[in-house]
Amino acid sequence: MSALTGRRVVLHDMTLRDGMHPKRHQMTLEQMISVATGLDDAGVPLIEVTHGDGMGGASVNYGFPLHTDEEYLRAVVPRLKRSKVSALLLPGIGTVDDLALAVDCGVTTIRVATHCTEADVSEQHLVAARKRGLDTVGFLMMAHMTPPEALAAQGKLMESYGANCVYVTDSAGYMLPDDVTARIDALRAALRPETEIGFHGHHNLSMGVANTLAAIERGASRVDASAAGLGAGAGNTPLEVLVAVLSRMGALHGVDLYKVMDVAEDLVVPMMDHPVRIDRDALVLGYAGVYSSFLLFAKRAGERYGVSSRDILVEMGRRKTVGGQEDMIEDAALDLARRARGE
Amino acid sequence: MKKVKAAIIGSGNIGTDLLFKARRSEWIDPVWVVGIDAASDGLARARQLGVKVTHEGVDGLLPHVDGDEVRIAFDATSAYVHRENARKLQERGVRMIDLTPAAIGPYCIPPVNLQAHYDSQEMNLNMVSCGGQATVPMVYAVSRVQPVEYGEIVATVSSRSVGPGTRKNIDEFTRTTAAAVEKVGGAARGKAIIIINPAEPPLIMRDTIHCRTVDAPRQAAIEESVRQMIKEVQRYVPGYTLKNGPVFDGRRVTTFVEVEGLGDYLPKYAGTLDIMTAAALRTAEMFAERMVKEGRS
Repeated sequence: MSALTGRRVVLHDMTLRDGMHPKRHQMTLEQMISVATGLDDAGVPLIEVTHGDGMGGASVNYGFPLHTDEEYLRAVVPRLKRSKVSALLLPGIGTVDDLALAVDCGVTTIRVATHCTEADVSEQHLVAARKRGLDTVGFLMMAHMTPPEALAAQGKLMESYGANCVYVTDSAGYMLPDDVTARIDALRAALRPETEIGFHGHHNLSMGVANTLAAIERGASRVDASAAGLGAGAGNTPLEVLVAVLSRMGALHGVDLYKVMDVAEDLVVPMMDHPVRIDRDALVLGYAGVYSSFLLFAKRAGERYGVSSRDILVEMGRRKTVGGQEDMIEDAALDLARRARGE
Repeated sequence: MKKVKAAIIGSGNIGTDLLFKARRSEWIDPVWVVGIDAASDGLARARQLGVKVTHEGVDGLLPHVDGDEVRIAFDATSAYVHRENARKLQERGVRMIDLTPAAIGPYCIPPVNLQAHYDSQEMNLNMVSCGGQATVPMVYAVSRVQPVEYGEIVATVSSRSVGPGTRKNIDEFTRTTAAAVEKVGGAARGKAIIIINPAEPPLIMRDTIHCRTVDAPRQAAIEESVRQMIKEVQRYVPGYTLKNGPVFDGRRVTTFVEVEGLGDYLPKYAGTLDIMTAAALRTAEMFAERMVKEGRS
């Protein structure tokens, strides 16, 4: 018997959305389809598909994808037997028009993501999702940057706009299990009992699985994970490892362990452009609390301007940047290069 | 010299900051402030400054338009209210400077197209958005040198400078700003991104402007054009500065700017709002100058 014996938990796959970051949004339709159908066959109930920065993320700032959100969604959704598809939307990047497009493509879950203190920019999109009868999720990013009670107040706002599930999102992979426990507890105390709580982890401090377990133990019923951990920074909570651990703990997740292992090993690992692991830059993200998607941008800017990518990431932390501020990476690199020249 | 009398509709942050700036103007005399809440801080301040106020909305102003010779009105209310205000005031010959997202009239980004609007004597001009005022001049600085196939702007603003109206309808910001990047900036296709950052102390507005040129960028000409445009904007927003760039990376041309406000009514970090009020005032002044010179005030 464990604390999780008999607990039901919905696993939400991130391979085809957060996993777009280490792929520089260049996944092919064939790769998307093969991974999605593999996950479907393994019994993963929910799969997210979009640009890494959500609907409308195609940009100079975040990278242009190989295909549009619409092309990816129309390729994947019709091929799934049981799994449902979700789309991510960041207000300020995507709009309600993108949400409507996702629904037209067959998406049934919309996740509206804001920085952990700015939930009120999600009203327009959460209301629209609720009105359409969608599974409506609020996604509070960089949740380590605000104390538990303040986070809970933001979650309540999202609930008031129509979210039936609110996420604690550890975008920087900064949290330790106690940080997760405190935030899930605060949300659980603030939200209506029927409102679900979710957790999204990054593995920058190797805490993906441990944090996810802490979240489930305190009442999270949806958790994000990614096959072979494919995701920004050192990746997300590795799905196949989480499934193995949850199985041993007796939690009810409905996913076939061997099949997700095979998706990870046979499909996802071969398509990695670089090993998604805790290298020193990813470790800095977790240590300094910096947005995981900055990783490759910092490496590229570091090379281009002859400065250390680690220094760039630390500077991004010092500037108190939040998710989406990829433009400031080149700005920081230029400043650091100028400083190094003694100007 | 005689100044042109103006009314400010809306007694919130924008209206009040505008009042502070307009009182220093050589050409504009703000004589009325219109609000809807008798107890508002903005109306109290206006009253203290000796400006006439009404809390009955634009209907409270209408009976005085002719008697007080109000020729220009700034509207800092909401898109919905602006439509009504514009109808009522324009039929009395009052020129409207629209700071709401209503955009009944054409977009006005002073250093880019104010002269053209001035020549055509537009009666209603829309000031786009704070992000538009801060970034469209930089898109234009590239597109006036050579064709731009794509323009993308990223506006990062402090959480404290974003009011509830913008938050409730953030899509309006991204749509309006993207449209201005195309229509005024001259990019064939435009995209706008807004990021709200809650850091304390609040960060000063930062904007990143990416352009993709059709052909290889003519670097020296673009650098000179950007330098000139920065100076143009600095004429009415002294805290508008080039932080980095232009960076040339293939056909990508990127400039990084910062917008520090004057700190009139709003704190300096709210350059995001300041650039709106300063641009609106600059627009009004251009028309006022002609009115005064032609003796039509």
